[in-house]
Amino acid sequence: MTRLVLMLVFFICCSTGGEIAMTHGMKQVGEPESFRPVALLRFIGKAISSGWIWFALPLLAASFYSLLILLSWAPLSVVIPASAFNYVVGTFGAKYLLREQVSPKRWMGVIMVCIGVTLVLLT
Amino acid sequence: MSHERRLRFKTLVMVLLMVVCANLGDLMLKRGMLQIGAVQMTPYGIWLALLSTIHNATIWLGILFLIAFTFCYMTAVSWADYSYVMPAGAFGYALQTLLAVVILHEAVNAQRWFGVILIVVGVLLVGQTHPSTTTPKPAAS
Repeated sequence: MTRLVLMLVFFICCSTGGEIAMTHGMKQVGEPESFRPVALLRFIGKAISSGWIWFALPLLAASFYSLLILLSWAPLSVVIPASAFNYVVGTFGAKYLLREQVSPKRWMGVIMVCIGVTLVLLT
Repeated sequence: MSHERRLRFKTLVMVLLMVVCANLGDLMLKRGMLQIGAVQMTPYGIWLALLSTIHNATIWLGILFLIAFTFCYMTAVSWADYSYVMPAGAFGYALQTLLAVVILHEAVNAQRWFGVILIVVGVLLVGQTHPSTTTPKPAAS
């Protein structure tokens, strides 16, 4: 059980850190001007030239491999909902690092997700 | 279509694509890891697991779906909030649990179902907030 919880913490730190760095990078890149192939290729080109994306990728790779290990240890219906704790950590990151406005309704949603995750972990 | 409605519509489409790709990706990874077996937490065990995952076609299929998920995710956060896109993507938990029961024949008890329902209701609340609360950069050109 301790081994499973430690691996979950490692997974959440890498996953949330990587996604916040990637979001910051994508905000600098801007949205695609259209969904035509040329515009999408230009969008991908701009994205992969962003330093933040390259900072995010190793963290996401580490979270991916830790997810593989978790999946080999526990049932899918435990591992995947348990990883939803990312939403709580991620919302704090969004508020304080990305300066997003998190309304009480959004917080309430996140707290409900957190309670749901706790129930899933207790089973 | 107004800017607000257009923003919600394209975010919804991207989130749905994210959910489908992530669910299929996770399902393929689970199948692949079941074929490989439990990973031993020793340097040799981790190395052996890494080699096994590289040679497993099901794992690669899962990786392809997760690459598609990442592309959809990157596109969505280029215009919408991270704290909006991430929870909205959790709509997939209902589908994930259903797939785990139907395809992998995993046992899911009432308490766990209740937890999943709470997660989904929470995500619905987040989905009612405005998708973007920061000033986005103009379209990439």
